[in-house]
Amino acid sequence: MIAVEGVEKSYEGRRVLGPLSLEIPTGLRLAVVGPSGCGKSTLLRVVLGLVKPDRGRVVIAGEVMSDANKLAVRRRIGYVVQDGGLFPHLTAERNVTLVARHLGWDEARMRQRVGELAAMTGIDERALTRWPLQLSGGQRQRIGVMRALFLDPDVVLMDEPLGALDPITRRKLQAELSTLFRSLKKTVMLVTHDVPEAAFLAEEAVVMRAGNVVQRGSIGAMARAPADEFVRDLLAPGTP
Amino acid sequence: MRRATAAGALLAASLTAASADAREHVVVGSKAFPESWVLGEALTLLAASAGATVEHRTNLGGTEIVAQALRAGSIDAYPEYTGTLREVLLHAPGATNDELRAVLARDGLGITDSLGFEDSYALAVAGGVADRASLRTISDAARHRELRAVFSHEFLGRADGWPGLRARYGLDFAEVRGVEHHLAFEALAAGHADVIDAYTTDPEIDRLSLRVLDDDRGFFPRYDAVVVYRLDLETRAPAALTAIRRLVGRVDRQAMAHGNAAVTGGHSTREAAAGLLHDALGADAPSIDAAGAPSMAGVVSAALLRHLELVASSLAACILVGVPLGILASRRKRLAALVLGTAGVLQTVPSLALLALLIPVVGIGVVPAAVALFLYGLLPIVQGTCIGLNTIPGPLAEAAEALGLPSSARLFRVELPLASPSILGGVRTSAVIAVGTATIAALVGAGGLGDPILQGIALRSTPLILAGAVPAALLALAAQGGFALLERAIVPRGLRIRTHD
Repeated sequence: MIAVEGVEKSYEGRRVLGPLSLEIPTGLRLAVVGPSGCGKSTLLRVVLGLVKPDRGRVVIAGEVMSDANKLAVRRRIGYVVQDGGLFPHLTAERNVTLVARHLGWDEARMRQRVGELAAMTGIDERALTRWPLQLSGGQRQRIGVMRALFLDPDVVLMDEPLGALDPITRRKLQAELSTLFRSLKKTVMLVTHDVPEAAFLAEEAVVMRAGNVVQRGSIGAMARAPADEFVRDLLAPGTP
Repeated sequence: MRRATAAGALLAASLTAASADAREHVVVGSKAFPESWVLGEALTLLAASAGATVEHRTNLGGTEIVAQALRAGSIDAYPEYTGTLREVLLHAPGATNDELRAVLARDGLGITDSLGFEDSYALAVAGGVADRASLRTISDAARHRELRAVFSHEFLGRADGWPGLRARYGLDFAEVRGVEHHLAFEALAAGHADVIDAYTTDPEIDRLSLRVLDDDRGFFPRYDAVVVYRLDLETRAPAALTAIRRLVGRVDRQAMAHGNAAVTGGHSTREAAAGLLHDALGADAPSIDAAGAPSMAGVVSAALLRHLELVASSLAACILVGVPLGILASRRKRLAALVLGTAGVLQTVPSLALLALLIPVVGIGVVPAAVALFLYGLLPIVQGTCIGLNTIPGPLAEAAEALGLPSSARLFRVELPLASPSILGGVRTSAVIAVGTATIAALVGAGGLGDPILQGIALRSTPLILAGAVPAALLALAAQGGFALLERAIVPRGLRIRTHD
């Protein structure tokens, strides 16, 4: 479960987020949609503990995020970034095992987990020995997902995960990720400005504007009954 | 430090009521020209003959550095000229020897009486011409307008050179031309000139049988050769000091010229010094084994080795200090400005000035040279590290944090590897700077490839200059190439490949 409780954040006196509360029950896949500058990226950073809110708190799987436990809490979050966010100095496999290696996992355990995840994400084992710059965009994104899932996190955060892909790869990966997260029953928070993608990957969505949630519901329901013109305009072209 | 050691030694001696280790220890210095080497080596041999252990630090870079080294106690004695002391230490060319003594005594230094010759400007005339025109003094020369003069550019330009001399004696030669100093001798030998300026101890004077004209109106300032020494030698090494003083009044112009000629003629400094002592002291000269002077190859390989030691030790210190400083600087903007600013200013300090500043703190020898190289090499490494870390793409830095890695793991597993090309670039620049700059080490008696270069310049010996300069240049190239290889080993392959899509 992800709970954002009464969070507020201002930069130089300008409020960019909140007061905002948001609950994502265990197993739910929720998309946060809105135009750029609506505060969705700041919300994501607050949930990851990268940005400290001025007020309010974040609870991940029962743990209140604080300076003292944020490293441990982050390891219970799988984080998927645009284009994979892979480190170019590490091979695909080393990217995937980076945190486990730091935590002192033995090689056999890591190899087994890599095998499981490669099968799960449909990665060719040969791709694992390559450097990120030698991989295709789709491969990089799959490796990014493997890395996010490696420690079997309670929740998964995705930041515009498929934004850098060509349309064909994108559609294929969308379908696979949708199946994957459905079967894993992970709590997922997806941040995107792409409404069709949100509709495809998430069961439910919130629309954000100027740092606040405007409406919550399934994309289809919101499109049929928008709370205001902003929601209607945002969802109109992407109605499934 | 030496004083503390001496005090400690005295204390130990008084406690045991016996001078257990009574062996005197003396460090002699000399500057970067043949006459200074020969005199310094002669002092060294004399002190050694009195039973002292003696080191001779040669090629020290200039009067300021030698004087600093002497005040700091890094050296105990060195040969100098009264004119230089008056000009550099007193800034009063007209000061008397007593005034000079008083000023030196304030720093705990003393000077001997003249060694017996002076090394100053003089006018020299070809022997035949001097005989025919019966020239003995400069006043004699003033009566011969037909003489053709060839002077060094420096002599023509200095107030205490030609302009002043001409006014004092009313000289009016038919022809006055300016040339390079050593060309003046050639011109005179070839019969194209009658009068030239010379240093009184130029070996050429004997070789070409020139006559040095008396400065009968006392125009040229006196440059009497003396020994400057630390006054504490009187208690610390009395026997060595007494031995050194034996040279007072015994070295005449001709003996010194012989010594200089020996060195310029290819003999070792030790051989030349032994010859000088023989000329000066006759049968009283200590017997010296001057054989076994090292070969050129031996000299160069020893210099190269020392050069490498200096570069390696200062570079290692640069990396150990520079990389952490760069990491700190990359995290704090204000600290970055301070660190980079300071390192930048340090790099603009001329090496000779930096060395002169360091000597009172760390003495002479390898230490100040290594410290100077360290200070010069720091900036590129701090800069390379700081820039390398600051230019890591934001999303990557954030991804490392979001994965839940603590900051130390982020630094070592992600940030430093990503910054490694930039850090290594800084190290490479620093290494090349160190290889080039390490030649200055010779100026503070630390040796290295600067030694043959300084000697070559002083002896006008191109082979000797090349013997230092060529290995230094090759070393710089090797450093470049070596780091290219090191880059392959250190920078992760993933950062070096080109993308194919």
